[in-house]
Amino acid sequence: MLRISDLHASAGDKPILKGISLDVRAGEVHAIMGPNGSGKSTLAQIIAGHPGYEVTSGSISYEGEDLLDLDAEERAQRGVFLAFQYPVEIPGVTNAYFLRAAYNEIRKAHGEEEVDPIEFLDLVEEKLKLVDMDPAMLHRSVNAGFSGGEKKRNEILQMAVLAPKLAVLDETDSGLDIDALRIVANGVNALKRPTNATVVVTHYQRLLDYIIPDHVHVLAGGRIIRSGGKELAHELEAKGYDWLLEPAGVGA
Amino acid sequence: MSTASYQDQFAALASERKGPEWLPALRQAAMTRFAELGFPTTRNEDWHFTSVTPIAERTFKPVRAEKSSVTLDALSPYLFGAEDWHRLVFVNGRFDPALSMFAGLPAEVTVSTLADALKTQPELLVEELGKLAQYVEQPFTALNTAFMSDGVVIHVPADVVVEVPIHIVHVADSGAAGAALYPRTLVRADRHAQVTLVESFIGLDRATYLTNAVTELTVGEGAVVGHYKIQREAEDAYHVYTSQAIQAATSTYHAFSFASGSALSRTNIYTRLNGAGAEGRLNGLYCLDGSQHCDHQTFVEHIAPNCASRELYKGILDGSAHGVFNGKVYVDPEAQKTDGKQSNHTLLLSGTARIDSKPQLEIFADDVKCTHGATVGRLQDIALFYLKSRGISAVSARALLTYAFAAEVLETIEVDAIRLGLEALVFERFTNGVPA
Repeated sequence: MLRISDLHASAGDKPILKGISLDVRAGEVHAIMGPNGSGKSTLAQIIAGHPGYEVTSGSISYEGEDLLDLDAEERAQRGVFLAFQYPVEIPGVTNAYFLRAAYNEIRKAHGEEEVDPIEFLDLVEEKLKLVDMDPAMLHRSVNAGFSGGEKKRNEILQMAVLAPKLAVLDETDSGLDIDALRIVANGVNALKRPTNATVVVTHYQRLLDYIIPDHVHVLAGGRIIRSGGKELAHELEAKGYDWLLEPAGVGA
Repeated sequence: MSTASYQDQFAALASERKGPEWLPALRQAAMTRFAELGFPTTRNEDWHFTSVTPIAERTFKPVRAEKSSVTLDALSPYLFGAEDWHRLVFVNGRFDPALSMFAGLPAEVTVSTLADALKTQPELLVEELGKLAQYVEQPFTALNTAFMSDGVVIHVPADVVVEVPIHIVHVADSGAAGAALYPRTLVRADRHAQVTLVESFIGLDRATYLTNAVTELTVGEGAVVGHYKIQREAEDAYHVYTSQAIQAATSTYHAFSFASGSALSRTNIYTRLNGAGAEGRLNGLYCLDGSQHCDHQTFVEHIAPNCASRELYKGILDGSAHGVFNGKVYVDPEAQKTDGKQSNHTLLLSGTARIDSKPQLEIFADDVKCTHGATVGRLQDIALFYLKSRGISAVSARALLTYAFAAEVLETIEVDAIRLGLEALVFERFTNGVPA
């Protein structure tokens, strides 16, 4: 589904990713772990089409297409979704309007008819239960004045409504208490299908107790320095990142 | 820049003027004053950011009498879908009864054209007309007072609540080319009366003309007056507008000014909080592009104690448009416990648009709370990315964020039909023709 090959990217003059290669197949859950500043969030944002980074070499193909050739909205219309680490507040636009606009634009891109507000509300109300959100949240401005946990749940709600093929969760666990973490993880698990894939970007192993990865990759200094199964996450939890960094000679 | 051509026009019209004898005297005094003042220049502090040279260097003539060809269909998009409102339509300055609508008003309320009111309510006019608007200091007000042709007079007696808005529609079509229009509106809401006035200025065809309008509002004790001004003049038109309200104790006056038309416009919204516990709310939104110039000046005079004023003006500027906001607040030594707040926020959609924002506070009382703030910003890249990452196109994302910027001030509109109408207008304006 997603094939990243020798990806190099920089922000301004500063190289951040220094040769990332990664294969994600349908039905898989990949975890990307690593210390702060390792480039994990950059990788997540580049997949979604963040304009602040420049890919200097390498490629990303998604379902056989050159992903880097597509605008952010085209990627989303083809099923790529990024749950933001810091969801953006948009005062003046209600959650309901925002969700419906996104849902309809994606439908339009697929040549499907748009749904009206009433139909859409039925659809959303079902998804709200998945993340244990109060329907009143639909009529509040997008993320404006939401708590950290509410923002993260709102990201998963968007994911549930838009039903992506490839979901990238960028530090979705940061700032969540254990109950919120469980709700978010349950939401993600409920959306898992043999036809879609999930990439979980996280610093801590904690989230991976709830979302069980098939593959774990450790990113440091802009490179993947170790890949393994879910047991690698436990090893990191027990030993920290240092034991991997030192022999590889890459500082964070 | 000569005022002589206007003096000539004035002299030529003198013989045609009808009305009670105090009226020619008022007109003459105003004409004399205009001749002394001349058109304002940018050396005048109140006009520092707005040059009226394009107006002053032309001579706009009184409109020629012509049969109106404006249809209700042409007008319909400007009526907020609320065609049951009491409506007075003026085409190129002339009252058009066929396009007007006299919906059920309480029997005690009088709404008449200025021409009719001069016959039927001369005592009201001699008391009120020209008493609030300051022709002695303001050149355009002087010019309007000298030339005012027709307009509307509204009187709501004590304790009467007018439920539906009264909509005054000033339409210009190609028949207004080269002309000056001088609408005049007078509103008196007595003790505990309630009324909402909507003034629309609409240009249907491409034409260069000048609208120079003046509105005076007397808001009685405990009265509630809503005042919506919608400026959608032709793109080559010039527009100068001044409203002056005076508020008695515990009255509420809410003025909202929307501007999206005209090559060069200046809107003055003034209110005097003259009785204790009065509240004035002045809000506005201007959406400009191309080479439009749009200037708003507000003036809140806190004369009495315990009054509150709230001002929120927002501007959305594209192309090489130039917006101006000058918010003046005066707090009299007697006006203790004044609570004033003023904000002006601007969204620049292009690198060449420009805003001059100037708060101006003169405070002579010591126990007051007065704040002001101004911001200028652009659409945030991260917000655009957030929307696009959800599949929303670049054009829609810009429109949505632009609309979101305006939403805060549009929410202050208390008439649902106007709020919904302007929301749609803002959204549509920035959905089309914005580079992706």
